[in-house]
Amino acid sequence: MLYINCPHCGMRSQNEFSYGGDASVKRPELNKEVSDQEWDNFVYNRKSLRGKHLELWQHISGCRQWIKVERDTATHEIFRTFKADEEVA
Amino acid sequence: MTQAFRIENSGLINRDKKLSFKFNGKTYFGYEGDTLASALLANGVHLVGRSFKYHRPRGFFGAGVDEPYAVVQLYRNGETEPNIKATEQELFEGLEAKSVNCWPSVNFDIGAINNFLRIFLPAGFYYKTFMWPKSFWYRIYEPFIRKAAGLGVASIKHDKERYEHKYEYCDLLIAGSGPSGLAGAYAAAKNGAKVILAEDKPRFGGSLLTSDVNIGNQSGKDWAEGIIAELKTMPNVVVKNRSQIFGYYDHNMLVMSEKVSDHLPSTKKYHPNKRLWYIRAKEVLISSGSIERPIVFGNNDTPGVMLSSAAKEYLKVYGVLVGKKPLVFTNNDSGYETAIEFKKHGVDPVVLDSRKNPESEIIDEAKNLGINIKNSYVVVAAQGYKKVKSADIASISEDKKQLGKIENIQCDCICVSGFWTPTIHLASQSGNKTKFKEEIDAFVPGQSKQNEITLGAANGVFSLEETLKTSFTAGSELSKKITENDNKISIPNVVEKKSSQHDKFWCVPLPKGKNYKRFLDFQNDVAVSDIEIALREGYRSIEHVKRYTTLGMATDQGKTSNLNGLQLVSEIENKVVPAVGHTTFRPPYTPVSIGAIVGREVGKHSKPTRKSPMHSWHEKNNAVFVDAGVWLRPRYYKRGNENLFEGSKREAKNVRTNVGVCDVTTLGKIDIKGPDAAELLNRVYTNAWLKLPVGKARYGVMLREDGIVMDDGTTTRISENHYHMTTTTAQAANVLSHLEYYLQLVWPELNVNVVSTTEQWAGAAIAGPKSRDLLQKLFPNSDVSNEGLPFMGYMEGDLYGVKARIFRISFSGELAYEVNVESDYGNFMWEKIMEAGEEFNIQPYGTEALSTLRIEMGHVAGSELDGRTIPFDNALEGLVSKKKDFIGKRSLQRSAFIAEDRQRIVGVVPLDKQTSIPEGSHLVKDDKAPLPNPKLGHISASCWSVEYDNPFSLAILKDGKNMIGQKLFAMSPLKNKVIPVEIVSSHYVDPKGERVRS
Repeated sequence: MLYINCPHCGMRSQNEFSYGGDASVKRPELNKEVSDQEWDNFVYNRKSLRGKHLELWQHISGCRQWIKVERDTATHEIFRTFKADEEVA
Repeated sequence: MTQAFRIENSGLINRDKKLSFKFNGKTYFGYEGDTLASALLANGVHLVGRSFKYHRPRGFFGAGVDEPYAVVQLYRNGETEPNIKATEQELFEGLEAKSVNCWPSVNFDIGAINNFLRIFLPAGFYYKTFMWPKSFWYRIYEPFIRKAAGLGVASIKHDKERYEHKYEYCDLLIAGSGPSGLAGAYAAAKNGAKVILAEDKPRFGGSLLTSDVNIGNQSGKDWAEGIIAELKTMPNVVVKNRSQIFGYYDHNMLVMSEKVSDHLPSTKKYHPNKRLWYIRAKEVLISSGSIERPIVFGNNDTPGVMLSSAAKEYLKVYGVLVGKKPLVFTNNDSGYETAIEFKKHGVDPVVLDSRKNPESEIIDEAKNLGINIKNSYVVVAAQGYKKVKSADIASISEDKKQLGKIENIQCDCICVSGFWTPTIHLASQSGNKTKFKEEIDAFVPGQSKQNEITLGAANGVFSLEETLKTSFTAGSELSKKITENDNKISIPNVVEKKSSQHDKFWCVPLPKGKNYKRFLDFQNDVAVSDIEIALREGYRSIEHVKRYTTLGMATDQGKTSNLNGLQLVSEIENKVVPAVGHTTFRPPYTPVSIGAIVGREVGKHSKPTRKSPMHSWHEKNNAVFVDAGVWLRPRYYKRGNENLFEGSKREAKNVRTNVGVCDVTTLGKIDIKGPDAAELLNRVYTNAWLKLPVGKARYGVMLREDGIVMDDGTTTRISENHYHMTTTTAQAANVLSHLEYYLQLVWPELNVNVVSTTEQWAGAAIAGPKSRDLLQKLFPNSDVSNEGLPFMGYMEGDLYGVKARIFRISFSGELAYEVNVESDYGNFMWEKIMEAGEEFNIQPYGTEALSTLRIEMGHVAGSELDGRTIPFDNALEGLVSKKKDFIGKRSLQRSAFIAEDRQRIVGVVPLDKQTSIPEGSHLVKDDKAPLPNPKLGHISASCWSVEYDNPFSLAILKDGKNMIGQKLFAMSPLKNKVIPVEIVSSHYVDPKGERVRS
């Protein structure tokens, strides 16, 4: 079971969180023309990376904040975690 | 009854406490501190079971977790448990156990005929033979195999034992209490670290209990006892025996199964049977020791053939002789230690050593004691069927290929030592890539992967002095990092006998003309010949060889067989062992009881049960409940002998004619506040929200980004910046997460807060033509007229002094209201409604009537909003704004979603107006068409229309828009029904929606 450092609450076990997918996906702006391809990329197309991956988790049984987690999808190693509004350098 | 094989002056058992037990119906005696295995051996019982495939007699091979043979069915306190290792089960008064895998008895087992048919039962036999004819599998082959095979019978009764889960955190977790574990624990504890020391056996000390060593001028055993006693007094240390760490998971999470009560005749009151510990450790010291490796020879599975370390343990821990004429067969010095113990207790062993001229202190001691030692000698085959009677032995050439003349030597047990295999399971589970250590001919952990370190025999280090030194140091260093204390500990002096190299000999060649079975895996009956066949048939990967032959796949997971299997494959393939590689070690290390894994989450505790504040009223009034997610909701209120159909029809009809009341507390409720609340709703829902006035409710539909309907519900503007959103019962949690996602990540600039208030409000829906009269009576000071509280209006009211929220919304299609009060007043509200409603013939209605009412009105619910439909499919496209953007809007342009013949909701009525259509039925054009009959749609929900008194269903139908009036067939192969139907509008009752506005 993963041990995730919630930037708001500290180290908590995975069963307090729910997974939210790739954090690098940016929703197209509202009221903007979006091509079919752009929209498909946003809704469906994911890289399914092996290795370092920035992903979203929600601390659903804790502070309910969505956070960003930098995790290795092969080894499950977690490198860093960020608040929702933190820029990932 | 005397115990013929029990000796005086040896063992750690309590001879003052005699215990009686039964094995296969016969009563025996043992002592407190015995295992079932040691007590049986003390009584001279060696035959305990039959083997899995050939039903050959099985005895005892080990003395602990590695035991492949002595698996029994245990009876304790009226319960039975299969797959119990006799070598691990502690004796208690009244214990009962039976052999498994034999019928009618262990002494006379019919299945043993397989032993003579064994040339027909080689590797892959099942795959090859039971393929044909196909029809025989279920009727003949499978039942026969099931009866003949297996290791015991699982109880089908409810388990009355209790199991607990515990979460724990520590600085240093130590797996195994041998010398390395004790030293590591002691050093870390002295530095103030929080330590958990786990030992799977009842006694602490590991190899120190049986080895002849001296630590700090005490025997190893006394030193271990002293350390444990001191650790137990320290508040920062948890010391646990009977506790097996069986799994090493991600991020240093380990799981341990603690046997709390298995050694007692019955579980103490308020105690669990087992406790499962989830331990998050900062550092892990794996000191799991090593397991002795067998040498492969003919008939090496005969009862009486066992590991030499096990023989020594039975002698030193339990005071039991496994034989009185022992033959020790070894390729290293460990066999001599066992021989010396025999000799010290007045038994004369013979030692066969495969090495030509070994020299060491241990061997010198054996020689000085006058033990008969034969060098360059091997056991060719054990003789005897149910017990070893003699051994065929021979000298062996230096290249270990040629056997000399075969001699027969009398013996009653053969103690084998083929050197030691480090127990690397936990390290390997942690992700550590193991490496092959040439000098011990075995794998050891490589580079640490997580925060784990493996020391002592588990790391292939067999010198006590080095083990203690590295473990004390590791304990100090690891704890120093965490606690920043540095209390120096002096490492005690060690006196141990130096041993010589083993010669890596592992398999005795077959003598000319003999075809002895030579077993590798003792539990699954995998012999050398089986591996040879697998390789001959082209299996190369060790993982494939394992699965084809079942090598190492039994409940012991190959603890004694893996390495010899690898040796054989590498020899045939002409590769080195590391090139063959080992199979993956996966948790659990040893079988874990399902009860322990499940813990307390059984029966009604398997999920939480949520009840509305009116629950006790429902109970008192004969409600029949139904699970709605984790909620319990009244399905109908039973009157007399009514069934569900009759009761729900009555309730629904009463709503259409008088007035009914339904508990809608379970609906999800979300409080939304902030200056941008309207903007959020406008982006989340498909329809427009910016102009909703205060005091008004609006129905809304929300989509996922892929255009699929996520949820629907009404949201009410309570005040300028305050909204009350309702969601369906099932989607409540998801919708809250959904809103939080957009607010926190996508549009953080919106100044809005959302919070769940589902549990803060109790809700009652009051529906029916007389609902306004009832409402007026409940709220005499409020104007609830059609003008004062129009359709989709909202007001606050005073319910006998309790503040109430009144919404004029309807799910039933009738004139209807929903009243909310704070949860604590829910029951009060409900009783007042029932009291005031009496003159209007009010009846409570349950979820079944609720469904009936919404279905015949064509209102969609979860069965239509099933994660596969878009607004158009549900006839909700009128709620989709063309002007503004919202979540999922772009997806609605997808070609499939705008196709001419897009699926759409319709009503379905059987032509005979009699036959109810099962939900899930498929709609087809031609009921006689060949299969697969093209499906045009499916029935999503069915009811008995109380308005028209005939069955009515909703369906999602291809090109539904143009299908009204068509005649189709509803087919349900599951219910074996074909029903001719007519497609009608989904708005079956009051299609203009006049009633809700009346």
